Amino acid sequence: MSGIVLGNIRKSFGPTTVLHDVSLSIADGEFLTLLGPSGCGKSTLLRILAGLELQDAGSVSIGDRVVDGVRPKRRDVAMVFQSYALYPHMTVAGNIALPLRMRRLNAWQRLPLLGRLLPGTRTTTLEITAEVARTAEALSIDHLLTRKPSQLSGGQRQRVAVGRAMVRHPAVFLMDEPLSNLDAKLRVQMRAEIKELHQRLGVTFVYVTHDQAEAMTLSDRVAVMLNGELLQVAPPQDIYADPEDRRVAEFIGSPKINMLDGLVSAPGSVSFADTTIVADIGLSPGAHLKLGIRPEAFRFGAHSERGAISGTVRLVEHMGSDLYVHLDVAGAKQPIVARLSAERTASASVGQRLNLSFEPERVLYFGSDGRRIRALDFAGKAAVTSIRESA
Amino acid sequence: MGSVMSIATKRFRANHRPVQRDAHALSTSDLRRHRLSEIGAAWLLAGPTLFFLIVLFFLPVLGVFVIALTDWQFGASTLSFVGLANFEEVFSDEGFRISLVNTVLYVAIVVPGTILLGLGIALLIESGKSFRAFYRAIHFLPYMATLTAMAIAWEALLHPTIGLVNQTLAAIGLPTANWLRDESRVLPVLGVIGIWQNLGFAMVLFLAGLKSIPQDLYDAADIDGADLWVDRLWTVTLPMLGPVFMFVFIVVALKAFETFDTVQVLTQGGPGHASEMLLFTLYRESFQYLRTGYGAAVAVVFLFILVTLTLVQARVMDRKVHYQ
Repeated sequence: MSGIVLGNIRKSFGPTTVLHDVSLSIADGEFLTLLGPSGCGKSTLLRILAGLELQDAGSVSIGDRVVDGVRPKRRDVAMVFQSYALYPHMTVAGNIALPLRMRRLNAWQRLPLLGRLLPGTRTTTLEITAEVARTAEALSIDHLLTRKPSQLSGGQRQRVAVGRAMVRHPAVFLMDEPLSNLDAKLRVQMRAEIKELHQRLGVTFVYVTHDQAEAMTLSDRVAVMLNGELLQVAPPQDIYADPEDRRVAEFIGSPKINMLDGLVSAPGSVSFADTTIVADIGLSPGAHLKLGIRPEAFRFGAHSERGAISGTVRLVEHMGSDLYVHLDVAGAKQPIVARLSAERTASASVGQRLNLSFEPERVLYFGSDGRRIRALDFAGKAAVTSIRESA
Repeated sequence: MGSVMSIATKRFRANHRPVQRDAHALSTSDLRRHRLSEIGAAWLLAGPTLFFLIVLFFLPVLGVFVIALTDWQFGASTLSFVGLANFEEVFSDEGFRISLVNTVLYVAIVVPGTILLGLGIALLIESGKSFRAFYRAIHFLPYMATLTAMAIAWEALLHPTIGLVNQTLAAIGLPTANWLRDESRVLPVLGVIGIWQNLGFAMVLFLAGLKSIPQDLYDAADIDGADLWVDRLWTVTLPMLGPVFMFVFIVVALKAFETFDTVQVLTQGGPGHASEMLLFTLYRESFQYLRTGYGAAVAVVFLFILVTLTLVQARVMDRKVHYQ
């Protein structure tokens, strides 16, 4: 009932178009993340959703209600800002209480001193205080209620901002890079808390981030944005394993996916770097394409059943359980990065010759337009080339 | 001056104590030499400022204090100490009392007027999109102009018969007045001129303050439901302008206390004593009546009021307006 539908949203700032016809529906209770590099329009989309910005064209509905032109406070949305945007002159309690005071007390009742004398103010204020206390307790910040934001740590401020958002039980939570200002350790902790909060409240969350780890761990679905366009909207595992677009494949995954130039050398086989693999992708011989192989698709050592490459080790990065091996391979313009298990890798030192194998079905093919070309079933079923429409 | 050095020394000690304790490798004499050179550098760096502070500020103030205890007349070659006689005279003098009351009234007109109008104009300029630089400039001009010259222009405007003010009032059928020669009107009129002069200063500071308020806070206020202009003003704008308020308040209050030009040019403290203010009294006693000792006593009282005012304002308001 509090799903969101964005229909053909367009937005320009002066000559710069930041959103091109963005359409997206978000289910009630879903956790959707808008993921993209800075400047891709994700925050603008969120602000349009909140009503802080007005779209040039298109329509926004929240819970089956078209909210175009409806003021933010009437949209039943709450927002957590990257800067937290706490009111520095108010205590924690004051910050959390403000949305309730604004809604439940009229302008006269909110007057300092005089307001207290008006009928109803006392009862309502007591109710608000009780709700603020409950919210603070749920977030374990009840001991901070009398402090000012400047006396709080980053993580505590973050919680106050969340408290201010959740105190009035909004239908939709909007979060604009809420963890970016925290240090790495706290970020992981708060990430888990946000996930838990979503599960507890069960309302729709729209979360904006440029951090793929946040997007992957938190979301039911991830919407990858680039240059004002939605490239793909899918569950995190699909975004990673089954990207629709070369840019999605390149944006997700660390280390970055290896993108190699390939050539259809014969019907049903593709050559790249120093190797040729069997892959019926429905292109005629001579066609150029791009191949994406994730660093973690490689295994140490050659294997008869698999694709194989060999090259000279250029750089080894030790990451504890894993090794990132950069390999110069004949025919590849850039070093190929492989993420190998440290246990299973017998030796990898700079200058050494190394054989790596990979499963051909983990290779992703992209056409010159950047769209995914789906390879056939390797068991030899009927060839179907499909390019799925971007969601 | 002592505090400058003591802070420097304290910092030095705070920074260097752990080093002294931990660095066993360094010999004591090395450390002492290092420390002496740091102290030398501190004095060298603070020296010029210290020198000019003493010569241009502390010695003259001390001089005033000394003169206030004498019967010295400006230009006289002899003087004798009279103890606190000058101060006794100051406090029993009806003229001084009137001057003090006038000054306080004047400040009470100028400070709120300047702050409210300056804030209002800053909010109007900030809310509009066009001609911002123009509006800023015309409101700031009076502050830049020489007040003595401006006072002459005001004199012409306020002239009882040929002044533009009275002519305009007469043309639209309103009663006219002899603005600068009317005991009940002269102080408010000077106050209006004072507001007119300081307005631009307050406005520019408020504009800068408004610019530094993060947009996020307004966005948060919008979402929290504080989206009417009065709610936004009350929830975000005014609290965030707190430090600017304090600064404007102190500076405008100090400027108002030391108003001299308009009194000297327009009214000479008249009619009667109706527009006499502290700095004018001080000037007249010291340099026209040549009662320099008495003038110095007025200066001491004046200084005492200003310092007290500044300290109280800073103490009381600092706590309320700085949230960091």
